[in-house]
Amino acid sequence: MAGIGPAAVASMGTDRPAHVAFDADAPAVLETRGLTLRFGGATIVDDVSFAVPEGLFVSVIGPNGAGKTSLFNLLSGLYRPTAGRVLLRGADLTPLSPSARARRGLGRSFQLTAIFPGLTTLENARLAAQAARPGNFAFWRGAGGDRRATERAAWALETVGLRGKDAVLAAALAHGDKRKLDLALLLCGEPEVLLLDEPTAGVSAEEVPVMLDVIRRIRRVEGKTVLMVEHKMEAVHDLSDRVAVLANGALVAYGAPDAVMADPFVRSAYLGVA
Amino acid sequence: MSTIVLLTLTGLALAAMYFLLAAGLSLIFGLMDVLNFAHGAFFTWGAYVAWWTVGRAADVLGPTGAFLLALVAATLAVAALAAAVEIGLLRPLYRRPIYQVLVTLGIGLALSQLTSVIWRPDARPFPQPDWLVATSTVFGARVPNNRFLLIAAALAVLGGLLLFLRRTRYGLIVRAGAENREMVQALGIDVDRAFTLVFALGGALAGLGGVFGAAYFGSINPNFGSVNLIFAFIVVVIGGLGSVTGSALAAVVIGLAQQFGNYYTSWAGDFVVVLLLAVVLLVRPRGLLGTLQ
Repeated sequence: MAGIGPAAVASMGTDRPAHVAFDADAPAVLETRGLTLRFGGATIVDDVSFAVPEGLFVSVIGPNGAGKTSLFNLLSGLYRPTAGRVLLRGADLTPLSPSARARRGLGRSFQLTAIFPGLTTLENARLAAQAARPGNFAFWRGAGGDRRATERAAWALETVGLRGKDAVLAAALAHGDKRKLDLALLLCGEPEVLLLDEPTAGVSAEEVPVMLDVIRRIRRVEGKTVLMVEHKMEAVHDLSDRVAVLANGALVAYGAPDAVMADPFVRSAYLGVA
Repeated sequence: MSTIVLLTLTGLALAAMYFLLAAGLSLIFGLMDVLNFAHGAFFTWGAYVAWWTVGRAADVLGPTGAFLLALVAATLAVAALAAAVEIGLLRPLYRRPIYQVLVTLGIGLALSQLTSVIWRPDARPFPQPDWLVATSTVFGARVPNNRFLLIAAALAVLGGLLLFLRRTRYGLIVRAGAENREMVQALGIDVDRAFTLVFALGGALAGLGGVFGAAYFGSINPNFGSVNLIFAFIVVVIGGLGSVTGSALAAVVIGLAQQFGNYYTSWAGDFVVVLLLAVVLLVRPRGLLGTLQ
């Protein structure tokens, strides 16, 4: 099951070429079928079907209001779809809550909201690691003595480059470091698939390359499947194996970055290039 | 000099008792946003369970053995009572905070009344081992030994609570929950268990406090807890909601202020306490060490 159907393209009222197929041959890790979200009369996400193969880095781009974040919210479980399904390795996740999906291996960054300012970076990470592996009810058991959670937390901080800031209160971190901590929390959940929603948003110009390095490191070390929403085209081009283009809630293009960005239809409609 | 030493040590003992009540209140409010008006009744029940236990066990175990057994029995019994209240009556009402306040108020009244019904409303002397009532001389002041025991117990509880909060899985959840409960839930952590645990822990401390309170005052009655609950609430507010260290600090301030005030006049003790509360609310509404607004 893969590929956006001709129906999706037709519903756009555009004459898209037929190259928008979603790696139909590779086995899919994350898959959607006819995912649709309507609020009142408006269609926010329009019959989106795709399949992301193991280990690929897929970026989702599109103009503001294209439904990228809504699509992510449907994937992570924050929104319930009006129609359609979300599958992880063939298992239906659609009825599950965000935390249940996270425990199944679909991890999403919470964009800073999951950071507890009064806890240190290590404590924040440990809490996320604990959440991923709910232990028994041994409340007397030391969190420091809970070796797996602590090791996982330390490793995640190391991976995002925050290892030296273990004991710093999250409230005292610079904004860029908070975004790194956010990524570390995501890694603590030991996700199979990472959903990154604009990881460089709000990060200062000089911090953006650092952030991209962190993401590249996660990708290289972990070899995880990643789905990323991002506006910065250099980042998308640099990191992605595939780029998906969303417009008016529908998937209108998919392919290798060079091919998609060279596509005159995408260039004129979504990249603002004549 | 000896008067000042006596007042200071007695004031610290009073502070220790307030702290045992206030620590539970503060943790419960910090994590669960529940103002637990039943906490005073937990304190009363701790005292009555201890009194009942001592009455049954003194012949067999001797006064000291019976007192120690009473400490354990009261702590465990009130912890179980608190856990039952949380699971049975509060859990269905987390979406209705006002109802929760009413429920804890009702439980408090009912539990206090129950002690009058079972053991009659009059005050009863609380039997304790002679060595606890005997005095030790410190800088010329003759201080009853139960004051020292109470202070030592409160210090041990403070140390234990800080270790629990800083070093354990559930301590981490409790601290994170006090900052942002919804987010902890969104992470997929079972907060309900932490709620029951914290409520039972608060109950255990109130029960323990009840036994020491009975030893401190030498007698118990059904309204025993509600009087102390008022001061415990003041301690929690002055210390900062949700902060255990703040509660300890505020308890010392309140205990000393009350002792010294009451020694020099018949009315100043409680007046000073209320005055301190008013000043803190005006100058620093979040309390000495509180982070909540």
